[in-house]
Amino acid sequence: MLYFTRWKAAAVVFTAFIVCLFAVPNFFPEKTVQSWPKWAQRHVVLGLDLQGGSHILLEVDSNAVRKEKLETLRDDVRRVLREARVGYTGLAVRGNSVEVRIREGGEQQARTKLQDLSQPLGGILGTSGARTVDITTEAGGLIRLTMTEPAIIERIRQSVEQSIQIVERRVNELGTVEPLIQRQGVDRILVQVPGLQDPTRLKELLGKTAKLDFRLVDLTMAPEQAQAGRAPPESEVLMSSAKQGQRAPYLIEKRVMVSGGDLTDAQPGFDQRSSEPIVSFRFNTSGARKFAQVTQENVGKPFAIVLDNEVISAPVIREPILGGSGQISGSFTVEQANDLAILLRAGALPAPLTIIEERTVGPGLGQDSIEKGKLSSYVGAAMVIIFMLVTYGLFGLFANIAVAINVAMIFGILSLLNATLTLPGIAGIVLTVGIAVDSNVLIYERIREEVRGGRSPINAIDAGFSRALATILDSNITTFIAAAVLFYIGTGPVRGFAVTLGIGILTTVFTAFTVTRLIVAYWVRWRRPQHVPI
Amino acid sequence: MKLLRIVPDDTKFDFMRFRRISFPVSALLSIMAIALYFFHGLNFGIDFRGGTLLEVQSKSGPADIAKMRTTLGGLNLGEVQLQQFGGPTDVLIRISEQPGGDAAQQAAVQKVRAALGSEVDYRRVEVVGPRVSGELLSYGVIGLILAILCIFIYLWFRFEWQFALGAMIANVHDLVLTIGFMSLAQIDFDLTSIAALLTILGYSLNDTVVIYDRIREMLRRYKKLPIADLLNASINSTLSRSVITHVTVSLALLALLLFGGQAIHSFTATMMFGVVLVGTYTSIFIAAPILIYLGVGLGRAEGRDETPDRP
Repeated sequence: MLYFTRWKAAAVVFTAFIVCLFAVPNFFPEKTVQSWPKWAQRHVVLGLDLQGGSHILLEVDSNAVRKEKLETLRDDVRRVLREARVGYTGLAVRGNSVEVRIREGGEQQARTKLQDLSQPLGGILGTSGARTVDITTEAGGLIRLTMTEPAIIERIRQSVEQSIQIVERRVNELGTVEPLIQRQGVDRILVQVPGLQDPTRLKELLGKTAKLDFRLVDLTMAPEQAQAGRAPPESEVLMSSAKQGQRAPYLIEKRVMVSGGDLTDAQPGFDQRSSEPIVSFRFNTSGARKFAQVTQENVGKPFAIVLDNEVISAPVIREPILGGSGQISGSFTVEQANDLAILLRAGALPAPLTIIEERTVGPGLGQDSIEKGKLSSYVGAAMVIIFMLVTYGLFGLFANIAVAINVAMIFGILSLLNATLTLPGIAGIVLTVGIAVDSNVLIYERIREEVRGGRSPINAIDAGFSRALATILDSNITTFIAAAVLFYIGTGPVRGFAVTLGIGILTTVFTAFTVTRLIVAYWVRWRRPQHVPI
Repeated sequence: MKLLRIVPDDTKFDFMRFRRISFPVSALLSIMAIALYFFHGLNFGIDFRGGTLLEVQSKSGPADIAKMRTTLGGLNLGEVQLQQFGGPTDVLIRISEQPGGDAAQQAAVQKVRAALGSEVDYRRVEVVGPRVSGELLSYGVIGLILAILCIFIYLWFRFEWQFALGAMIANVHDLVLTIGFMSLAQIDFDLTSIAALLTILGYSLNDTVVIYDRIREMLRRYKKLPIADLLNASINSTLSRSVITHVTVSLALLALLLFGGQAIHSFTATMMFGVVLVGTYTSIFIAAPILIYLGVGLGRAEGRDETPDRP
């Protein structure tokens, strides 16, 4: 156990040295490190609990996705049946399906035509054999079209993908440093913004769907009347946004003239006459053509700008708008105009997002936590070092050197992995210091025993190492299993703890097997001890 | 220099005799812990119960908790708890989960922010919605069970089934007592508590495995030694290591407890109790003696003791 070939010793020293070297960037200011080569820039990332910032977990409203998908299916059924000139009644969404009753004689044709609505899942290349819609026929000409679950899940997946892109654009507009946006689970999006103190504005930006439509106002009926009785089937009653003080009803056509998807740009600004904050926008070519056409046909009538089913404003078309640009005024504050421009530029979310978890740490608390973490680490390390010196003397010094290398290696590996250091993570490192010496204690106690058993010093040291190492391996694997489970189930700070604990165990086993052994081996070769000083 | 010997060489405590005391005592304590859990309950934090937690710091001198309580009490948010946290300027505000789903939680935070205004600094704001809290709790419980299972399988492979079972029993005993302690001390039970429990599990086992390793070694070497004597000898020979290791771990935890701040205070307190108090006791007085009842060493070949391989 005490014999190292020269190359083996060199390999141990080299490995430990290289791993420790990766910890170096953490001790230099970020500015300095940025001028280094890419591979040398890796460093430990401070968790949100240490540097302050916001963690927000969003969930895509899958019910809204489901509903929207079913409504589209219903509209498709109507279109198909009309085109085929098949008579029908009672077309409606019921539960998870669309139901329609076909008039006598048209069943066969309706079935064939509606069959086209069911696509193979995953496009033409889909090989699973699953389809997007299940079609069943019942007595009395009733046809039921049910969205298959895989089709809906696929749609939710797409919605999440699109939402992530839009969320990214919105968050980037805040000008924050290195926001993290990633998918979590099936229908969730995690947004982490370091350094953000007050997430109110972020949450407002994320909470809006920002679905913008330009639609005509229906003047065939007074809005109050429509609200009380039955609104015309092609129109609906929408309320104005609450900004003007009280909310007024408007009767708006359901048909969309131009949608927000046709916008190419939106900028906040001020109205030239009233100097009120506004948002000016520009359409793309097709949007501009549509807008020009509609405004030409409806001069003198009002149209409505609808955002998330609220009427922002309903100006009267004075003249055809041919240039493809315009402005929205709606008694905005400067900030509201700003945010609206951001939302319009970023685009509409395919489905509403709900905030289901939020954790924000202010920079003051983060700084305090770093200082407390540092202080407790130093005190803990100092106490352990002194205790080891008092208990084992020279061998205690060896143990302390091994522990120091151990901690440096933990930081090296954390840097290499670009891992996140959290406050519980620091606790994990302090705990590792307490535990790392355990491997030395196991070895030394075993050596003491072997000496008592009557072995010669060198023999006792050799036997102590070989017997203790098996134990060290066994006992650390159990703790490692706990750390692995913790990593798997944990999030945020807890995961940070699992990471440092797990890495700490690996480096502890490594140093016990190599570094400590190497130090003791060279000491034995150098001193040829007549008795073991522990 | 004379080195410190906490445990003298060649101790010969009869640990096995204590099992007549330690087993009933442990059983009693476990029952008490379970009773505490059911009748006193755990102080679930917002991670598992849902709701809102705000840590605020008064900008001008010590915080006036009474005034804040009146202000927040008037907001109609249900149960609102205020508690001094660390220094006199810091207050922890807990708001129970609002009826009406995730949006209602967010609205509650807005109300609090509006009511307290700019007199305070918001050091921490945590909002956990009803679905997330349910998931976190089930993940936590699944994690604990999964960890115990994985460790059981590992020990089964490395040792014999009696050892794995003994370690499991010791394990569950540790967890039960620690949960009882958390109930008694009304320590916030949240995600970090799960982390603490898993760590306690890991380290308590670490200790158990060290003793088991020695027992296995002795079993191979001394075929005729009565099992009680063999267990005693194993515990005694690892005693010095157990004590020294626990001193170093306690020193590290003590530093965290004293200087680590409020944020990890309950975490370290739980760990201190679990690792240092319960873990050590369990390894020596439960995990090792229980092997007798599980029938370790019964099938040993009748034969001569191997002479220890002395040079």
